[in-house]
Amino acid sequence: MIGLVSYIVFFLILSLIFGVAVLGLNLQWGFTGLFNAGVAGFTAIGAYTMAILTGPARDAVFGGFELPFVVGLIGAMIASGIGAVLVGLATLKLRHEYLAVATFGIAVTIQLVCLNWEYLTGGTLGLIGIPNPSKAWADGPLAQNALYLLVVVVVVGLTFAALERIVKSPWGRMLKAVREDDVAAASLGKSPERVRLEAFVLGCMIMGLSGALYVSFIGYVSPWDFLPIVTFQIWTMLIVGGSANNRGALLGALIVWGVWTMSGFVISRVVPSEIQAQGGAMQAVLIGVILVAMLLIRPRGLIGEELHVSRHARS
Amino acid sequence: MILQHIADGILSGAIVALGAIGLSFTMKMLRFANFSHSELLTWGAYSALVFVAFFSSFGGFFDQTIGPFSFGPGLLLAMLCACVTTAIIALLLHRFVFGRLSRAAGHMTMVFASFGVALILRHLVVLIWGSDPIYYSRELQFAILLPGNVRVLPDQVFLLGLTVVVVIALHLFMTRSRTGIAMRGVAESPDLARASGVNVDRIITWVWVIGASGAAIGGVLYGMTVQLRPELGFSLILPLFAAAILGGTGSLYGAVLGGLIVGLSENLSVMIIPTTYKPAVPFLLILAILYFRPEGIFGERST
Repeated sequence: MIGLVSYIVFFLILSLIFGVAVLGLNLQWGFTGLFNAGVAGFTAIGAYTMAILTGPARDAVFGGFELPFVVGLIGAMIASGIGAVLVGLATLKLRHEYLAVATFGIAVTIQLVCLNWEYLTGGTLGLIGIPNPSKAWADGPLAQNALYLLVVVVVVGLTFAALERIVKSPWGRMLKAVREDDVAAASLGKSPERVRLEAFVLGCMIMGLSGALYVSFIGYVSPWDFLPIVTFQIWTMLIVGGSANNRGALLGALIVWGVWTMSGFVISRVVPSEIQAQGGAMQAVLIGVILVAMLLIRPRGLIGEELHVSRHARS
Repeated sequence: MILQHIADGILSGAIVALGAIGLSFTMKMLRFANFSHSELLTWGAYSALVFVAFFSSFGGFFDQTIGPFSFGPGLLLAMLCACVTTAIIALLLHRFVFGRLSRAAGHMTMVFASFGVALILRHLVVLIWGSDPIYYSRELQFAILLPGNVRVLPDQVFLLGLTVVVVIALHLFMTRSRTGIAMRGVAESPDLARASGVNVDRIITWVWVIGASGAAIGGVLYGMTVQLRPELGFSLILPLFAAAILGGTGSLYGAVLGGLIVGLSENLSVMIIPTTYKPAVPFLLILAILYFRPEGIFGERST
């Protein structure tokens, strides 16, 4: 029983951390129509910043400032935001599929930097010993994980509430206006370029936050955690849940991560041990099938965008 | 040294060009960025492996090697069969995924779907053939020493020769045959082509067949001169996109020239940046071209 409870706590922590990244992507794609195919890269920036700011000092590697957890979270968001400003200025002029190709390339490049700039990132070995704040608050793994889950729930709750407010604000309506027709938005005196950049940067900061929560929980960071498949998983979560709906984003994260872990569990039990190494491939095929099937059967996702009619137009 | 880098660049550029032709055509004519196109190279390479084994089971004629090359008639036949197999895969994908989505949903939905299709195709290769590198043959070859101390293998000479033949054949097809001319018309404007009596669906079938065959040949040549591994196509995604965008989507010569530029700049880049950063070079090329000339070298500025 305790085993199951610990497992559920563990599962919820990871799927909610994914959920944060999906919320960030939802702001970019769902509300603003920006195709960011480099999600893994921006979570990586956040993750490494967290590791550098809060991790222990080590020889021959930069960082190890042993700063508090909250400083790490804020630092991670700032670093991802700075990365997003640079990337956004260079690429946001591009439309749709060119933006997808360019951001995909950015994620590949960021992963190469993580892999090779040993002084900053520890290279292939990554950075270990990243403190998990819950270790100081309780004894025993279950209590610690439960406390960390509480932290994650608070962060998800704050992010969710902030995003809900933001997308209902005038600025949020401007995002949708730019998404639907940026010429019309420009003719009303709005600046589509500026709005796109703001939404892109804010979305990437949220992805950085997700990466930071992840490394503190796992305790280490390595370049292999940010392969392009992470981007595809996060996209699948958004498509399954329903883009332009923050509840859908979180629901999609829970469902897709649930399918991923359950299938991993089933494969580890059912598949003979000689071909266990191929189990990961089976999971990836499954994610691909879910993504394609969802697009064919229910492209708006489980709970898609709600229609909003201006209250002036209603009566 | 620099001559060797140029030779290597032209060779890897030829493979990129073969893959980029199909990607460039689908980007222009089906109007979506197909992230799964590079997996067709992987499937071409691995399906040829099956046919190589099949033909060599007949022994004799199929098992011999031709002249200085590491392969014989078996591999050449297998390459043809791989083209057919890969074309069938591409047509099935069009029939059940991309074609449906292009009618029912937007272009971006097709891009998402291509992410999913790429995941499925790549990991099916791992499931079927495993993740260890495989070779078509273990024949050892002696390098040919060219002037300037440049070494190339006979198989690499074949790679280049076959690429030239394929490009010339495609050139003749696009300029001389009615289908090829209609294809260029569809690239210009599908609606206008349809109004002039072109069967656009048939042309789209041709686009997939040509694209998939080019990808299969590129994949087999990669397998022949490097090795077969499941990430073969995946590692070429950015080079292929860079070549297609550099050349201008929908242009045959653009894709070929783009492929050569990508291959050359990747291989020459190691003289100024660490080799480990080589995979980022195509991405920098994409950024540069999109910034300065988004329509590509041979593309036309659309209004």
